[in-house]
Amino acid sequence: MILLELFWSFFQIGLFSVGGGYAAVPLIQNQVVDVHPWLTMGQFADIMTIAEMTPGPVTLNAATFVGIRIAGIPGALIATFGSIIPSCIIVTTLAWAYYKYRGLSLMQGILASLRPAVVAMIASAGFSLFTMAVYGQRHLPPDILSADPVALILIAAGFFVLRKWKHGPILVMGCCGAAALLIYSIL
Amino acid sequence: MQNKKEVKNKYLNLFLSTFKLSAFTFGGGFVIVPLMKKRFVDELGWIDEQEMLDLIAISQSSPGPIAVNASILVGYRVAGVPGALVTVFGTVLPPLIIISIVSLFYQAFRDNPLVSIAMKGLLCGVTAVIFDVVIKLASQVLKKKRLLYAAIMLLSFAAVRFLGINIVIVILLCIAAGAADTLLKKKASGEDKK
Repeated sequence: MILLELFWSFFQIGLFSVGGGYAAVPLIQNQVVDVHPWLTMGQFADIMTIAEMTPGPVTLNAATFVGIRIAGIPGALIATFGSIIPSCIIVTTLAWAYYKYRGLSLMQGILASLRPAVVAMIASAGFSLFTMAVYGQRHLPPDILSADPVALILIAAGFFVLRKWKHGPILVMGCCGAAALLIYSIL
Repeated sequence: MQNKKEVKNKYLNLFLSTFKLSAFTFGGGFVIVPLMKKRFVDELGWIDEQEMLDLIAISQSSPGPIAVNASILVGYRVAGVPGALVTVFGTVLPPLIIISIVSLFYQAFRDNPLVSIAMKGLLCGVTAVIFDVVIKLASQVLKKKRLLYAAIMLLSFAAVRFLGINIVIVILLCIAAGAADTLLKKKASGEDKK
């Protein structure tokens, strides 16, 4: 039954994540942390970090990682399969329609109003990761001043570098990891 | 007419191209798609440029991972449904292998105090990356200068973050809003013509 649940969860993730890997982050969080007790928020943050650090689409990385933890190799295969099935069906249909009609205004209209919602959801997931890094939990604690100053500085510095010099995300993340090692070993 | 060997080579080429792209590209769909264009348009010449742009637009606006969507489209274009199956397989295999190996070492890795400090730093980096992505995407939305889109963005954020409404419900409501908006616009422009 666990395999069926895995399949269904990742099927929904695949079906409702429009606009790339970052759009899948809130959905994955919803399915594997909130709906099912498969991962803690801390493990989820780890997975997002690993998924970003390794090549390949974030959703597929997360599917393999969660699947293998829950039900071994079959779990990884089922979760991956579940996450790509909606793509296979919908995109093949769209490809066929594209070559037949070229351009669908209703589809484009729907996508245009879906995009702002996707941005909002990514922002919300980013906020969860932020409180995870700074407070070690998903939500803002009552005591806002209990923030980890090192984490705050690293996030601010990383953000500044990304905005200012448009460096690749991997480089910025690597530097943040190295900086954390350096700072905490000095403190 | 193509002979059997050419057909076989085509499938092998599709598989190897997508396998390599998936195995060596960090950063997901927005990075892999331009590389796919380079491979299939510039190097192999199997798809022309304008068509590739359309395929990219479809892959970015369809549900699911962009890299998977793009590989389905390219495979379908080059060799029909069997081609799409081959390219999906090529795209999916590397993450399956790589992450399976990583997850074997994850627990031992995670219990090491140095690793957990480094992971914390990396998490700060991921957070910064996501905020950067959000700012870029939000400014694209605001550039459209439509109240509807700005309202959807704010309301969705409030719904997901503060009200705890299920994401799927938010997405379905937005699909309904987008469909209604398009149909109303169509009706309005139809009446203008009269």
